[in-house]
Amino acid sequence: MTQSVLFDVPGPRTRRRMMVVNIVAAVVVAGIGAWVLVLLDRKGQLDAALWRPFLQPGTWTDYLLPGLRDTLRAAGLAIVASAVLGLVLGLGRLSGSRVVRWLAGTVVEFFRAVPVLLMMIFFYAGISQLRVVEPRDVPLLAVVLGLTLYNGSVFAELVRSGVHNLPRGQREAALAVGLRPAQSLRIVEIPQALIAMLPAIASQLVVILKDTALGAIITYPELLDAARRFGSGNGNILQALLVAAVVFIVINYALTALAERLASRVGRLTAGTAKAEAPALAATIDQ
Amino acid sequence: MDEGYLDQFVSLFDEFDVLAAFWVNIQLTLYAGVIALVVGTVLAVMRISPVPSLRWAGTTYVTLLRNTPLTIIIVFCVLGLWGQLGITLSSDFQTNFFRLAVLGLAAYHAAFVCEALRSGVNTVPVGQSEAARAIGLGFWPAARLIILPQAFRGAVAPLGNVLIALIKNSTVAAAGSVAETSGLMRTMIEFRPDVIFAIFLTFALGYVIIVVPVGIATTSLSRRLAVAR
Repeated sequence: MTQSVLFDVPGPRTRRRMMVVNIVAAVVVAGIGAWVLVLLDRKGQLDAALWRPFLQPGTWTDYLLPGLRDTLRAAGLAIVASAVLGLVLGLGRLSGSRVVRWLAGTVVEFFRAVPVLLMMIFFYAGISQLRVVEPRDVPLLAVVLGLTLYNGSVFAELVRSGVHNLPRGQREAALAVGLRPAQSLRIVEIPQALIAMLPAIASQLVVILKDTALGAIITYPELLDAARRFGSGNGNILQALLVAAVVFIVINYALTALAERLASRVGRLTAGTAKAEAPALAATIDQ
Repeated sequence: MDEGYLDQFVSLFDEFDVLAAFWVNIQLTLYAGVIALVVGTVLAVMRISPVPSLRWAGTTYVTLLRNTPLTIIIVFCVLGLWGQLGITLSSDFQTNFFRLAVLGLAAYHAAFVCEALRSGVNTVPVGQSEAARAIGLGFWPAARLIILPQAFRGAVAPLGNVLIALIKNSTVAAAGSVAETSGLMRTMIEFRPDVIFAIFLTFALGYVIIVVPVGIATTSLSRRLAVAR
């Protein structure tokens, strides 16, 4: 095991004791798992009939894959739109004019404090009222708008903190070779901040992907909704939700691994780091 | 905004109890927050312990719960645990949904509490424990007097972030049939689509009023407690 703050490198006696504790703990953990399985079995939840549908192609082609496609579609649109909005708001927060800074700051703090679900419900109802888009497209639009406003604000915060965390010498050097402050931002600071943001952006993609599941509440037919429809039709809601959760976990786990790889690789390309601070007044989160 | 719009909007508050809905969200947050703090602390202790099997169990829990959408967890609690397994947490219909939602919220946020506490431990430089051992402190005195006090200070800001996320995420309890703010907002908009903007702004500002002070408090607290290095 690696050197941790709390523990010394164990000696021979400690190693023996830890082996015993380790085996006992493993038995307890395995016991809890077995107990859950026994309880599920008593309720008849392990019957092959409830699980077999997930090995049949129809389940996937008719329900889960279309659901996954809609989940990824909403997430993809939201990612692109959030990046654009985040860059605009982030530049606003770094602007030379106090009014623009204050305006961008207020917008960012507002949309980071309002629950995404409230925004989705508002857009869902509001866009339906306007009758300018096909009723079919309203849920998707509401999901993407809600995700974009929140995550765009988070990205704006990342841009700001990325630029602020650059060493001061970067800007000083840019000004010293005769660049104007705006040019320094555009040519020297923002590019480095964006690279420093990459790991944080990758972990934000997990947040966006997870939040698309809120769309199920406003009738957007994404993966959770598809699993629920399938499960209630076949009397295996529990199993359907578990399968949907596994699909989410696999995708998000891959994204998290990507974020960690990026974090270890971008260090050489930039002088800064970036992370979002807790929502507070512009003077001054979610994982 | 003419006089009529405002009058019509104010009349809404006689019909719908907005404050009561917010109180439901605050209650969800408080109960789930306390449970998540306890479970998350246990998980954090497991993950920083020298026992490999406990570390593995803690890591597995956090990985699984952190990468699952909260909406699935809440729906699972209601449709899976209650609907399919018949697990009831209260004989009262509404209270049962409330408790199932608290269970889902707590299980999800416990994983984030664990990570917040771990990041607090990671703010303590290894030199601190080396120095503690150098002056002859054993494991428990070193942990109690040197490491943990610094770790808790380092965990204030990330824990504040988890609390803010929990406040906002309490709206997802709507997916578990709990009568809270997002459901009420939906009902009010359906009832009075003509004042939709005012309704949304009311609820949005309600959350701003709750979340922003929490953010300011935890940020200033973490600054005041920060260990100067």
